[in-house]
Amino acid sequence: MIVAPEHLVIAPVVLPLVAGALLLFFDDRERLLKATVSILTTVALLAISVVLLLTAHADGEAGAGRIAVYLLGNWPPPFAIVLVLDRLSAMMLVLAAALAIPALVFAIGRWQKAGPHFHTLFLLLLMGLNGAFLTGDLFNLFVFFEVMLAASYGLALHGSGTQRVRAGMHYIAINLAASLLFLIGVSLIYGVTGTLNMADLILRIPAVPAESRMMLEAGAAILGVAFLIKAGMWPLSFWLPTMYMAAPAPVAAIFAIMSKVGVYVILRLSLLFSAAGMPEGPSSFGWQLLFLGGVATIAFGAIGVLASQALGRLAGYSVLVSSGTLLAAIGLSQTGVTAGALFYLVSSTLAISAFFLLVELVERGQDAIANVLAVTQEAFGEGEDDEEMEPEVGVTIPGTLAVLGISFGLCGVLLAGLPPLPGFLAKFAMLSAMFNPQGLGEGGAIGSASWWLAALLILSGLSALIAMSRAGIRTFWAPVDAVVPRVLLIEIVPVGALLAMTLALTVQAGPVMRFMEATAEGLHQPWSYVEKVMEQPRATGREGMR
Amino acid sequence: MELVLALGIGVLTGSGVWLLLRPRTYQVIIGLALLSYAVNLFIFSMGRQLKVGAAPVVAAGAEIDPLAFADPVPQALVLTAIVIGFATTALFLVVLLAARGLTGTDHVDGREPER
Repeated sequence: MIVAPEHLVIAPVVLPLVAGALLLFFDDRERLLKATVSILTTVALLAISVVLLLTAHADGEAGAGRIAVYLLGNWPPPFAIVLVLDRLSAMMLVLAAALAIPALVFAIGRWQKAGPHFHTLFLLLLMGLNGAFLTGDLFNLFVFFEVMLAASYGLALHGSGTQRVRAGMHYIAINLAASLLFLIGVSLIYGVTGTLNMADLILRIPAVPAESRMMLEAGAAILGVAFLIKAGMWPLSFWLPTMYMAAPAPVAAIFAIMSKVGVYVILRLSLLFSAAGMPEGPSSFGWQLLFLGGVATIAFGAIGVLASQALGRLAGYSVLVSSGTLLAAIGLSQTGVTAGALFYLVSSTLAISAFFLLVELVERGQDAIANVLAVTQEAFGEGEDDEEMEPEVGVTIPGTLAVLGISFGLCGVLLAGLPPLPGFLAKFAMLSAMFNPQGLGEGGAIGSASWWLAALLILSGLSALIAMSRAGIRTFWAPVDAVVPRVLLIEIVPVGALLAMTLALTVQAGPVMRFMEATAEGLHQPWSYVEKVMEQPRATGREGMR
Repeated sequence: MELVLALGIGVLTGSGVWLLLRPRTYQVIIGLALLSYAVNLFIFSMGRQLKVGAAPVVAAGAEIDPLAFADPVPQALVLTAIVIGFATTALFLVVLLAARGLTGTDHVDGREPER
């Protein structure tokens, strides 16, 4: 197995920062140069992330994995900031880079011309994402969150326009308020425990005196609200569909992972805290809140998917369904379900990202208002029934539309969770873990929560299927005099690449699922993580320069 | 001193939240600014103890009395939070002006409510 040199851990943060800053020196007219540099950077990022993933997974399937700790200031661990690489963070790094490349390639077609500094902002967003995945320090997490958000504000407004600015204003206001909650939560936790290091926190929480316990719990709750706003849990999610719909397509494609950052932090922190006995037992308030919130989000998202008239909004609500599924699965707090949820995280993020790119291509050919009218007509039964329909014999579907239609169908299959694509496999993994809490065929009591979630998972798939087939028929089959959208090859290839990645997930489902199980195992038993971080020796003298 | 600080944070937060919920964009941004002041003071108060005249960095070699020095971590946190808060507020101000120009109104929804 490949073992990465120790300084590689910080490369996912430094590389996009340097490349992004470098691009500021060039005029925006040098588009080819800028696009080349940023795509090369993301390709390098992908390569580094894959190496890091192999490093983290080095011990094979059984072991705890290799946890790499990078001491930024070379202080002994409870002090100063550490970066920690484990299976989960490595997986998120790979996912971020895998989304970034298609989004950037797509942007070459037209979006990079829509406004200044597209590539710099994009790379800084990646830097914030990667930093948030790697850091092992609560306040450092805040800083990387802000880097990511600041870049996302710029990207969300990229291309300007009334709708975008209006949605962007709400997005910024909500996120600024959420950041303040984040700060309050972090400082409360610091005030009680006297540390910001996540691993050290776990060691100190059991020693917190009973009278300060309340403060600590309040701090954790406020911190949780900040992340739930980012993850889009109902009722904190009304900003999300409008915002994602208004954002430019390649930006929306990378935003698909931004809501997952909130989920990632919640997954990591809730399991770390529970190891320290903070939500006591699986039926305590915190887990229940996550579960119920997730269930409510799935329901809200599924209804939204059914009610959406524009494709972009449909995609936005799919993000909510995906977030809700993850939160509810985390709320069940079972290792097997978490493993399935991680698989679902990867597959649904890829699917939604591809869908956002595709929506923009499809909608190029048509009028958005005509779309809304079509749905209204369907609902009220005032179709064109009385019109004399010419018998169409052998209507030829233009090549572009055929490719778009096939991709659209694949997205629908992915979002609805039908076989053979990984949307199905992920849901199946979650359901099977829910109904076999003691392991396959071992029996064990199935809680009512599992039944609820299983029913909702299947119903949300059905709603996605209905909405997607309705939208697909209306877009690709119904219009007789369809205007074929002008689509560049460079814009359809990224969609294909994202879909091919999901296909690869199906083909390699066995190894991927084993990796997810090992990851979930490590998350539910975080003591090796804590030990590794706390016992990381300082690099000394020449040895440190190795 | 605790009482003064607590009252100050309370007043700032209260006014901030009220302004944040107002319909005009300018009120929202002032509300956010007030809230961020409140949060910065709050972080300060979360240090080990509120002290005046205590040094955050102890001289090398001197005898260290943990009761006589101020916690430096909240100060570093506040400094970071101020810088980030300032930058994002400035960015929000630009968006606010753009929205005013594009929609022709300073209502947060981009259109006046129907009366």
